[in-house]
Amino acid sequence: MTAQATADRQGIDWARRRSLLIEVAIVLAVALSLMFIAPVILSSFYTNLLGRFLALAIVALGIDLIWGFTGMLSLGHGVFFTLGGYALAMHLKLQIPPTASTKLPEFMSLYGVTELPWFWQPFYSFPFAALAVFVIPAIVGAILGYLIFRNRIRGVYFSILTQATTIIFFNFFNGQQKLFNGTNGLTDFKTLFGAQVSSSNSQRTFYILTILILILAYALCRWLTSGRFGRLLVAIRDDESRVRFSGYNPTGYKVLIFAISAALAGIAGAMFTIQTGIISPNSMNIAFSIEMVIWVAVGGRATLVGAILGAIVVNFARSLLSEKFPEIWLFFQGGLFLFVVLLLPNGIVGWIRREGVDLFQSLTGTRKRSFTYPSLEEDPEVEYERKNIGD
Amino acid sequence: MPISQKLHCGIENKSKEGGQCPLCAGVQGRIHLLTSILDGIFSGLSIGSILLLAALGLAIVFGLMGVINMAHGELMMLGAYATFVVQNGFKKLGEPWLQVYIFVALIAAFIVAALVGLLLERGVIRYLYGRPLETLLATWGVSLILQQFVRSVNWVMVIGLVMFSLLFFGGMWILQRRSDFDRIRKWVIAVLLPLSIAISFVVGSVLSNAYQLAVTQPWFGAQNVDVTAPKWLQGGLPIGNSQLPYTRMFIMVLTVLCVVGIYFFLNKTPWGLRIRSVTQNRNMSACLGIPTQKVDALTFALGSGLAGIAGCAVSLLGSVGPNTGQNYIVNTFMVVVVGGVGKLVGTIVGALVIGILDYVIGAGVLMNVFSQFQPLFDFFSFFATSSMAKVMVFLLIVLFLQFRPAGLFPQKGRTVDA
Amino acid sequence: MSAKILVIDNITVSFDGFKALNNLNFSMDAGELRVIIGPNGAGKTTFLDIITGKTKPTEGQVLFKGRNLRSYSEHQIAQMGVGRKFQTPRVYLNLTPRENLELSCNHRKAVFPTLFSKTPSAERRTVAGLLETIGLIHKADMKANLLSHGEKQWLEIGMLVAQSPDLLLVDEPVAGLTDEETMKTGELLLSLAESHSIIVIEHDMEFVRQIARKVTVLHQGSVLCEGTIDEVQSNPRVIEVYLGQPHEAEDNIPVSAKLEEHKTSLSAEDIVTT
Repeated sequence: MTAQATADRQGIDWARRRSLLIEVAIVLAVALSLMFIAPVILSSFYTNLLGRFLALAIVALGIDLIWGFTGMLSLGHGVFFTLGGYALAMHLKLQIPPTASTKLPEFMSLYGVTELPWFWQPFYSFPFAALAVFVIPAIVGAILGYLIFRNRIRGVYFSILTQATTIIFFNFFNGQQKLFNGTNGLTDFKTLFGAQVSSSNSQRTFYILTILILILAYALCRWLTSGRFGRLLVAIRDDESRVRFSGYNPTGYKVLIFAISAALAGIAGAMFTIQTGIISPNSMNIAFSIEMVIWVAVGGRATLVGAILGAIVVNFARSLLSEKFPEIWLFFQGGLFLFVVLLLPNGIVGWIRREGVDLFQSLTGTRKRSFTYPSLEEDPEVEYERKNIGD
Repeated sequence: MPISQKLHCGIENKSKEGGQCPLCAGVQGRIHLLTSILDGIFSGLSIGSILLLAALGLAIVFGLMGVINMAHGELMMLGAYATFVVQNGFKKLGEPWLQVYIFVALIAAFIVAALVGLLLERGVIRYLYGRPLETLLATWGVSLILQQFVRSVNWVMVIGLVMFSLLFFGGMWILQRRSDFDRIRKWVIAVLLPLSIAISFVVGSVLSNAYQLAVTQPWFGAQNVDVTAPKWLQGGLPIGNSQLPYTRMFIMVLTVLCVVGIYFFLNKTPWGLRIRSVTQNRNMSACLGIPTQKVDALTFALGSGLAGIAGCAVSLLGSVGPNTGQNYIVNTFMVVVVGGVGKLVGTIVGALVIGILDYVIGAGVLMNVFSQFQPLFDFFSFFATSSMAKVMVFLLIVLFLQFRPAGLFPQKGRTVDA
Repeated sequence: MSAKILVIDNITVSFDGFKALNNLNFSMDAGELRVIIGPNGAGKTTFLDIITGKTKPTEGQVLFKGRNLRSYSEHQIAQMGVGRKFQTPRVYLNLTPRENLELSCNHRKAVFPTLFSKTPSAERRTVAGLLETIGLIHKADMKANLLSHGEKQWLEIGMLVAQSPDLLLVDEPVAGLTDEETMKTGELLLSLAESHSIIVIEHDMEFVRQIARKVTVLHQGSVLCEGTIDEVQSNPRVIEVYLGQPHEAEDNIPVSAKLEEHKTSLSAEDIVTT
């Protein structure tokens, strides 16, 4: 170790700290403008829509963690999303006004249930429900992940097994009318902490809460992916068996990251449910889970910002197009899958990082023209020599 | 649908009694039990044979290219619609011909699906080799497009598409002869693409204004369409107190024929040999001068064609709609998972086992077997609906994978990876 | 340091009846540098596979530092102190050399320590030292996929060392390297051999001559012979395996002359390369 290297190291540390500060500032600025400026500019309808999409962005972050960084394509995140949604919805359905004739959610009386099923009981407590929103999906994800990963099943096999999981849960929830109201799902929420769920004040609170959770989720993902742990995830993505020979057991890492991703999906599901006012097994259909993946693909894999951006952009496009041209929406969506996979494999953010900057500079005429052989510019040896001979 | 739905001890009984089925008592019960198990195996085999037909093409393609084709179900759906079209054509021809339409339909379904598959391979999948997860997403996109296509296809759309292809690809083809094509390629695309889109769009809207409904009426629409089996396939063979429909027997025979045909193709023909060699070692085959690109295209077309035949078979069982394919894909994927890669016998056993399990659990046959033993009876009666049976089968598959992660018949040896 | 670090006891590995290893016996002392050669299909890579736990032996046992490895999986064996370098360099292409080394250097490889604890400064220093040794200090912070083939080979050897294993398994370290790089790699391995036990699999006889003290020849899944490079090269059975059965017509040529002939061809040219 030379003094030069130590100085370099400190320089790097300082540069890192500065870029972290800049990032925090940008995140805060965006978050504050979303919280306070967006509701003023947008109508309440669009604010609510934006709130839902921000909730979806939380799942997108989770998908990015496992697909972008760890290389596992889950086609079953709809399950975790829905589980989270149900957990919160069950608590909401138990807010029965004292004047009501029964002490049961109304659909249960319809199906002739006389006593609250045992597993509904704990959902009376809000802390339990709030925990269940992410703990239950995490546990389900961990169990499923463990059973799959410990046998080194991965790649396409993993994807189609997760896809089968959605069908399984869909069938299960659909079939249990007495327990979960079957196809219709849970809806018609009344109150939470005594406040009307559907009132504009509560919805405003949920909107801000969603943004706060999204920031926390983003911070969590940044933390997970930046250190050694994050590098190991990338290593697992690129060459899992090599990781074993380095002495790591990838199973534990994959189970943990899959469970975290499932937990994020659960939280997203809960925030989405409370803003839309309904959760049903329909969100466990195959299509929805694959759509989540395309949000991440559009935004840019392995770029957390891309996941958030993709979720918002695609969903806005969806709500505009499917409203105006319901006929062509599927064509558009199918085309989007093809376009992103074939022509924009790095997504919007990846494209901007790779080519967009160049393009912008050449359009505005600010591009620095390089007169050397291009790779010379980037060659660290050349760079190093320049620096040393320079002084 | 399960043929022994009305069998005693069915789902209807169990909720009322909650335990012993009165018919099941005594010797008569035992005989009944036997026939119901036999019947269960027959029905299971028939479900399994459809699964097998659907999974066959998928498994071959997956074995060769490591690609799971999410649009496989939609290729089945196209096969079913091809059958529908052929049937309508033969209706116009009149009676004696109508009896044999199914054979023409099988061929038509094969050709339609194979052509679409070929287009899919050449147009999309070949750019994504070595990236199986991306292929999954891209083929899903294709499946969405195909679903919407059969919903809204009409003359205007077809004419527009044909015009666009002629203008764009024709133009590219002509310009390709220029020596400086590589240099101007980007510009050519930038000019030709919007131009041909605009021309075909204008032609389309002119046509739809001129002829109105005659050309804008969707061919099939979003509703399901019905295919009626020819007369000689209606009815069934009585077995015990239920009957085995001829259509199901026809499908079984069809499946056997397809499996045998594929077996002979893979093992006895030069192209089959090439496919097998590329399946085992792509690089080595390429070095030996096997045109791997052609092999890929051929295999994909073959797999897609098989999906078309499966679609034709499925159309005999009930009405078909744009979403028909979606009902089959997950099950066929599970067959591939259970069967393992690279061996036909894995797919066959996987499909039949899943089919039989699905039926046996769903129709409550196991429930009857354990009717003497309350806890097991309750357990199996909980799963004795067709949707809960899927839950059980999936759990069994995950359990199975704990012991045989690579499927029933894994390939052994010193593999380069893993 | 005379204890056996690795004992392979009557190992058989069969894939669907094909015996990749056949009643193979092998042992080596701690601190030894052993080179294994053998024609294609002799079972060299399978040999490494059973030591690292990638393949489980059908019969027989592998003892590493006296412990039977059968019930351990790859990562556990790696943690016990067996490091492996692959035939084609396998480094993490999307990470920088520094990150590659840090991952291997990490001594607490369970999930939560990796997640919560910071990289200790001792490890950072080891990594910096290693970067210097393998000559990648100036490329430490660029993505590894920009490295040349030789640099990747070296990085992988560095990763191996960072793991601080007791036994290094090195599969064809000089395949595709220039002569100069080959020389350097040889020196690197020799310096490593001072503090580690090493098994090298190699085809390049020039290189084998540079580093080898003791050579083991594998053939059809068993050990054909063992000894110094000169002993091995003059062993008639080895020659037969590498160059095929002597022709009938050649039988009247004196045996010693024939051997001489084979010897030159053996040492002059690289025997089969994959």
